[in-house]
Formats: sequence, C-alpha cells, structure tokens
Amino acid sequence: MDSDLPLFPPQASTLAPDVDALFFFIATVVVVFAALVFTLVIVFAVRYRRRSAGASGAAVQPNYWLEAAWIGIPLALCLVMFAWGARLYFRQVRPPADVLDVYVLGRQWMWKLQHGEGPSEINELHVPVGRPVRLTMTSQDVIHSFFVPAFRLKMDVVPGRYVNAWFQGTRTGQYHLFCAEYCGTKHSGMIGRVIVMEPADYERWLAGGTSGPGLAAAGERLFQSLGCATCHAEGQSRGPTLANLFGRSITLRDGSTVVADEAYVRESILDPAARLVAGFEPVMPSYRAQVNEEDLIKLVAYLKTLTAPPETRSVK
Amino acid sequence: MSDTRAGVAFPFDDPLQQREAATLGMWIFLAAELIFFGGAFVCYAAAGYVHGADFARASNRTTLPLGATNTAVLLTSSWTMALAVHSAHAGRRRTLLGFLLLTAALGALFLALKGTEYVEDFHQGLLPGRDFRGSGVERLFFSFYFVMTGIHALHLVIGIALLLALAAIAWRGRRPLPMMNVFENCGLYWHFVDIVWIFLFPLLYLRGRHV
Amino acid sequence: MTDAAHALRPDNYLNVDYRPRSWLLTTDHKRIGILYLLSLTFFFFVGGAFAVLMRLELLTPQGDLVQPETYNKLFTMHGIVMVFFFLVPSIPAVFGNFLLPLMIGARDVAFPRLNLASWYIFMLGGLFTLGSVITGGVDTGWTFYTPLSSLSGTQVTTAATGIFIMGFSSILTGINFIVTTHKMRAPGLTWMRLPLFVWSLYATAIILVLGTPALTMALTLVGLERIFGIGIFNPAMGGDPLLFQHLFWFYSHPAVYVMILPGMGVESELITCFARRRPFGYSFIAGASLAIAVLGFLVWGHHMFVSGQSAYAGMIFSLLSFLVAIPSGVKVFAWAGTLFRGAISYETPMLYAFGFIGLFTIGGLTGLFLASMAVDVHVHDTYFVVAHFHYIMVGGMVMAYLGAMHFWWPKMTGRLYPEGWARLSALIVFIGFNLTFFPQFVLGYLGMPRRYHAYPAEFQVLHVLSSAGASILGVGYLLPLVYFLWSLKYGKRAGANPWNAAGLEWQTPSPPPPHNFTETPVVTEEPYGYPVEQRG
Repeated sequence: MDSDLPLFPPQASTLAPDVDALFFFIATVVVVFAALVFTLVIVFAVRYRRRSAGASGAAVQPNYWLEAAWIGIPLALCLVMFAWGARLYFRQVRPPADVLDVYVLGRQWMWKLQHGEGPSEINELHVPVGRPVRLTMTSQDVIHSFFVPAFRLKMDVVPGRYVNAWFQGTRTGQYHLFCAEYCGTKHSGMIGRVIVMEPADYERWLAGGTSGPGLAAAGERLFQSLGCATCHAEGQSRGPTLANLFGRSITLRDGSTVVADEAYVRESILDPAARLVAGFEPVMPSYRAQVNEEDLIKLVAYLKTLTAPPETRSVK
Repeated sequence: MSDTRAGVAFPFDDPLQQREAATLGMWIFLAAELIFFGGAFVCYAAAGYVHGADFARASNRTTLPLGATNTAVLLTSSWTMALAVHSAHAGRRRTLLGFLLLTAALGALFLALKGTEYVEDFHQGLLPGRDFRGSGVERLFFSFYFVMTGIHALHLVIGIALLLALAAIAWRGRRPLPMMNVFENCGLYWHFVDIVWIFLFPLLYLRGRHV
Repeated sequence: MTDAAHALRPDNYLNVDYRPRSWLLTTDHKRIGILYLLSLTFFFFVGGAFAVLMRLELLTPQGDLVQPETYNKLFTMHGIVMVFFFLVPSIPAVFGNFLLPLMIGARDVAFPRLNLASWYIFMLGGLFTLGSVITGGVDTGWTFYTPLSSLSGTQVTTAATGIFIMGFSSILTGINFIVTTHKMRAPGLTWMRLPLFVWSLYATAIILVLGTPALTMALTLVGLERIFGIGIFNPAMGGDPLLFQHLFWFYSHPAVYVMILPGMGVESELITCFARRRPFGYSFIAGASLAIAVLGFLVWGHHMFVSGQSAYAGMIFSLLSFLVAIPSGVKVFAWAGTLFRGAISYETPMLYAFGFIGLFTIGGLTGLFLASMAVDVHVHDTYFVVAHFHYIMVGGMVMAYLGAMHFWWPKMTGRLYPEGWARLSALIVFIGFNLTFFPQFVLGYLGMPRRYHAYPAEFQVLHVLSSAGASILGVGYLLPLVYFLWSLKYGKRAGANPWNAAGLEWQTPSPPPPHNFTETPVVTEEPYGYPVEQRG
C-alpha cells in the first residue's frame, strides 16, 4: 500500500504466488493468442489491401487441418488451464489441519471478527504470520463477500449458513479487506484491514486486548442460561453427548451419516429435527427465536472446547 | 397493390406454409413455457430436497379430494379438446362449438374447485402470510403451492379465454379450413397446461402420502 | 429521373405513407426495425448518461459527487438499461428485423403483427423501467441478488416488472425469427446457403426463447417475495438465496451470448464484403454459432464459484466454460482466414470490423481468467470482470452495431453517411474505449471491487485514466448521432448496392419497397458470390 501507482497486489499468503503463477500462465496464453490475431489481421489488412477498384479476393480453399489445429491447440491449452485451476481451487477451499479459528459475522455494513481465543474485532483482523487461519463466516442480513486481495482470498458470506475459507499469511503488514458482494448503501464502506504480525507481537496483542470472557466462555454461559444442560449434560440421556463432537461421524435417524462441523451444530440449534441423531426422539425445541448469529458463534466455540460432558451449573 | 395470396394471410405463399409456421411457432412457445414452469419446479425440488420431512408433512395438509377431482376434470377437458380438434378437421361446426364450450366449462369447473380449495386453505390458516398456522418450512411449502398453482391457474384462464374466442369464430362460421392450425395450436396449449397440472398434482399433493 | 421526382414517387417503405398511424400500426418489418432503432438509441444514451455520472464520481477516491444511494442507483440503472433495453434487443431488433426477410428473399417475417406487438411490449417494459428511475430508482445492481432485492426499499418491483414485460418481447421476437428462418426461405435457399448473419440470428433466437423464461420466473419469484413475503429465497424461512442466483444466471449467462452472436454475424457480413472474399470455413462458422448457443446454457455456475456452490459443481462449470471459448476462437480465426488473400478496403464498416476482431478477441481471451476457478476466486466481483464484459459488449457488440449501422444505413435510408467523419468517429471510439477499459483490468487484479463509489487512494490514477477514456468514448458515440441525422437530409443518395456487396438485400432498391421483392427471388448459388480473382 505504498506506491502511488501500484500495478500488482502484494503476495502475502501461501497461495498468492500459486494463484499468480496460474494467472501469468493464462496471461501468456492470452497475450500470445491476442498478438497472433492482431498480427494476422494487421498484416493481412496491409498486405491484401485492394489495389484496384474491381479487385476481389482469391478463391477460398477449405483447410480442415487448419480448422483442426485451431480447435485442437486451444482445446489442449484450455484443458491445462482448467485442470491447473481446479486443483489450485481445491487447495484454496480445503484448510490444512491445526488452524487458528476465527469467526466472521458480516452485516450491513461492517465485519465482526471473533477469534476463537477470545478477542473480537470490528473491521480489523490481527493474525500471526506463518499460521493457517480458518474463517467460519455467516451473514446477519444479505450476502456479503470477504475479500483480501493480498491473500487472493474471496468467499461469499451468506445468511442462513456457515461458509469456510482459510489463509496463511507469509508477510507481516497491513492488507486491504473489502466486501466484494454488493450489499446496499454503504457497500463501499464495508472495508477494513488484515494485520499480519510476528508471532511474538501477536501474543502481545492477544494478551493486551480488551478484557472480558473469551468466545468459549461466553458460549458456556449461554449453554447454561438457555438450559441446554437439561438434556445434554453429564448424566442426561435425553440428548446426545456433546463431548469431542467436532469431526466425529454421527449416524442419523434415517441411516445416513454426517461429520459434525460448525454448520451441523448451528443447524441442530436452529432446526433440531432436520438431521436428528439415531436413537433419540425429536424433543429438542428450536432455539431460533432465542439466539442470534453471534450467540451461535459463541456456542459453537464453546462446544469445540468440550472434551467431557458439560456439567449443569446455575447461572446468575 | 395488395400482395396477399388468395386464402392465406400475408406473408405466406400457401396455406400449408401458414399452417406449418403457426404450429412451429406454438411448439416453440410451449418450449419457452416449459422453461418458465421448469424454473419454479427446480426451486421447489431444491427446497424439497433440503426439507424432505417437513415438506411431506405440509403436503399432507393439502386437500387431496379436491386436487384429485381437479386432476380428473382437467384430464377430461383434454379429451374434449382433442374431440374439438377432431371436429374441426371433420368440418363439423356444431360439434366443434360444443366441444370447445365443454372444454371451457371443464376448465371453469377446475377454477371453481380450485377457488373453493383456496378458500378452504385460507380458513385453515394455510395462506403464507402473517396468519399462517404451522412451522416456517411448512409456510415455505405453501408459498410454493400457491405460487405454482396460481401461475397454472392464470394459464388456465388464458386458455379458457382462447377457447371462448375460438368458439365465437366457430359459431360465426368463418372459413374454417385455413384456420385449422388455430384449433390445433389451441389444443396444444391446452394439453400443455394439463400436463403441467399432471406434474403439479403428485409433487404438491402426494408427497409422503404413502407413509 | 431527377432526384426530386424520385423522392416524390411513393415507391419505398419510408415514403409509401407518411401518416403517424401508418408507423404506429405498421406490420412492415423494416418500419418495425426503424422503430426499434429510435427506441434503442434513446435507451443507449440514457444508459450512457448514467455511466458518465459514474465515471465522474470515480475520478476521486472519496464519494463526493453523489450520495452513496444515488451511486448505487446509477450503476444499477446503467446495467438494467444497457443490458435489457439496449444490448439484448440491439442488433436482432434493429438489423434482424430489417434484414432477415430481405436476406432470405421473403416479403416479411412469419408473424408481422406479432412483430409489432413485440415492439409495443418492449416499449411498455421500457416505460415501467423508466418509471422506476423517475420514482426513485433501484439500487440492487442489475443482478437483483436476494436477500438484498427482497429487502431493498427502492423501486425494485417496478423495475423488475419492466424487465419481466420486456422479456416477452424477446421471446416473441425469438419465435418469429426461428419460424421465419425455417418456413420463409426463398426457393433454392438451403440452410447452407444462408448468410452467416442469419445463422447468428437463428442461434440467438434459440437462446432468447429458451433462456428468457428463466429470468421471467426469477423476477416473478422476487416480486412475489417482496409483495407477499413468500420466503423462497429467505433463509430465515427455510429458503435459499442461492436459488435465485442459479435461476438468474441460467438466463443471464446465455443472455451474454444473445449480446454477442448477432455481432459476430454482422462481422462475417462486413469482412466478406470488404475483403471481397467468401468466408473461410462457412460451415464451421455456422456450426460455431449453434455450439455457442448450446454450450452457453451449461456454464452459468461460473458466476458462482465463490458463492457457496459445491466445488464439484464448480469444476464442471469451469470445464464447460473453457469449452465454450473454443467456437469463438474458431470464428476469430475464420475471419482472419477470410482476410487472407482478400482484396481489402477500409471504409468505415470495415474499420469497425477490425475493431471488433481486436477487442472481442481481448475480451473473450480474458474470459479464460474467469473460467479458471482459482483465478476467478481473486478477480470475481472486481473491476477485472467489469473490464472483461465491457470489452466484449462494448468493444465487441457496440462496435458491431455501429459497423452494421454504417454498412446498412444506405439500404435503410437511401442515403450515404459522410465517410470522413465516420472514420474519425471510429478511431475516436477505438481509442476512447481502450483507455476507458484497459486500466480496469489492472484495477481489478489489484483488488478494486465492483460497485464501489469510494476507494483507496492508490487506485486513483487508474480510475482517472478510465474516466478520461470515457469522455473520449462519449464523443465517439455522439458524432454518429449527429452525422447520421445530418445525412438524412444532406447525405448523398445511395444506389441499391453502394458497397457492391453480395446478399439478397442488396438486390433491392435503397430504401427497399414495402414488400421487398416484386418477384420472389430464386437462389441458385452459394452465398457470398464475390467474383474470384485468379492469382498467378
């Protein structure tokens, strides 16, 4: 963000150079073919200009080899570009293990970012360099899109569901964060920055942050105050156990299985009967009226920390 | 300086060309209608895939006897429409007129039954407004139900109007021969509207009824 | 016969009847084409005015010219007017209507009254849309994504109604063109003897007929969602906002092929005429038009790579999107192959044809970046996409439209336009266009998002270049308006075939008589019968 006339975005994530490499390959193809067409047209336009008033063009001989060539060669190049892009795309959407979890809530017209470890930020995201960060995102109203050009990262943020994206910063610095899906009046104002820091600086930032319960602690308070423990705590059999839930394969009533992730947990709170666990009755009520998206994020963060069935506590 | 050839509309050269052109035009129009309804069907299928159990439960709240009767009514009307076209081919103006009016009457019967069904749905709180009685997803089902049957009913109204217009032409006995394709094409349209209902009925009324 | 006497004799479709009702109740396809020409010119400049205001705002990084809501309305209305009320009808409605019967030796289209109805329906749709502008505007973007469009407080329903109505005009025109091409060809005019412009109109008509109804349903559902709250796209009610995107793009992607195929058809006519040579690979060009129409229906998901669509579905859409580029490449190479060993002259239509090849090639090739999933993740919803589609639609289609205007103006009006001014305008358009839109590729990759009226300061230089280009481009578009009008009164009279072009439309006087041909032509030869020069 230094020069007055930047022509290329910084490469600040592990995947940025890979995206750029594919970009330059495609750009080479584009330039070569454009140059070819331009050259042919200009050369022919000059060389075959009409030299006398009644002159006409030469007879046209079909040339099937030529047709085959200019179908076959572009096709081969297209298949290369397709395969390269598809493979890279799968890497873009599949986060590695051992990620730092950040929950993103998009709303008109701001970004709320909540670290799994506690602090929440508005329109800014501090992350340590060299560590993969996984974003779990949803919107409170309309469709937004989380876009960090320096990371070559973009994912639409849709109301009613969680979407995931990930990145790993490779350079410290500050990078633009934009909303890239038109979302109403202040769409241009829904911008911020991602701040990639040295690990030591990041720890310091974490420690010195605003005090208050972390996400998981806030989630635990909600868990108790909403009465979830009535059916899901130690010693209860009305509801399935929630210990070590994430990543577990769950068998559902209709025989299918699902891997428990943030989206499944969110859905189970809002619409419990949708994918009911085998062996349990559909007695859980929907909490749609009692929780908002922020509450859901807190509950999800709390459940991730559970390694043993929660106990019932009274909440003041 | 009229350029019309005898017995055909401008700019056709002969009656066969005119007939083929009109028929081709109607088939293409029906293809467009297929895509139009298809959009709604696809959205319904997608929503139904996600909300299978809830949609089945909601489907059980539709009025099956009325829906089934309406299906029979519309199928019968397609039969009478085919008989009308047959009469047109045979040049029998009076039976043509009769079958056109009968088809229109059956269509009107369908609309009347549909209307009573809508009123009944309203009394049961199934109109997807603020007074809907049921869950959010059931309300979604009934949104689809009213939109799809409503658009179908609109097409039926247009079809009835077409039939009445054709009946007027048959009654006044104008040259039926070059207009054969008009009756055939109206028949195509009517059969199409019937076919749409044949898909709507099981998808909306019979979901999960076997349970 | 003297000029004056010639002018007084009512012998062509223009002067056969001067009364307004003879225009407003006409069923003559040529007059209907002129009616569309007038309406489309109006809408083009309305949409252009919105663009001017946008580019003025974007001169500075701050939002300081108009309110944010106003800017949002400007880009929305620019998109709606340009897409639905200029580009989609453009060449088919004006030149397709005027030329299709002439090119196939028919006296009119198959359903002349339906044709007139199409124009009235189009105008009704335009009225509603202008109504939505006047009563406050729409701010959802021309793409109307839900849930925003369900919730927006602006005139969404009115605008959607206008587009809904206009859709019927498209469908009826499509039906008319398909049936006309099948049933009204002159004796001896087999499919493989048709001008390539007719092939492109035919492919376009197929898309219009099969694609537009999806838009009709999408708009209907959004309208019902707004009025009755039915919730099909509302996640809080169990609905899915992505359903709208699928339904919308199922039409809107094929629609972009509606917005380029006729231009490609014009290109084939211009290049063959001004290189005085048969087209290279006629059957391949014709087949490519159909291939584009078919494949174009299978790629809509490439607008949704980051919207939450499954990665596997995305892969299929990506592959097909690459495949749909191939037929376009076939055409570009075929045009180059037609220039080879031609006898080329540089009148204005040919200048626009050259511009089309160059700019369409760039625009089409930049589509490869977007078809590639991994790169699209970065450039989706940025100015890169804006540059891509403007290269094709403005650098391609609008140039083809202007080329067609200059080529067939003598046939339509019986007058010649001033060649010197026309060549100058073509040059101004080409320069202005590139200056406007090339910097946007750079802006896009840098990360400048679409639909922003305020932006980080480091993007300003590129935006200023773009706005400067837009002012030049505007001049390039205003000049033809002036000299075409001038030519109606002062232009030299044109003969039947001022370009010595092949094609049945040039066998009639300029302007043509009301029913085109006094005797139905009989076709016995291949098209593009340019005399062949033997080279030793």
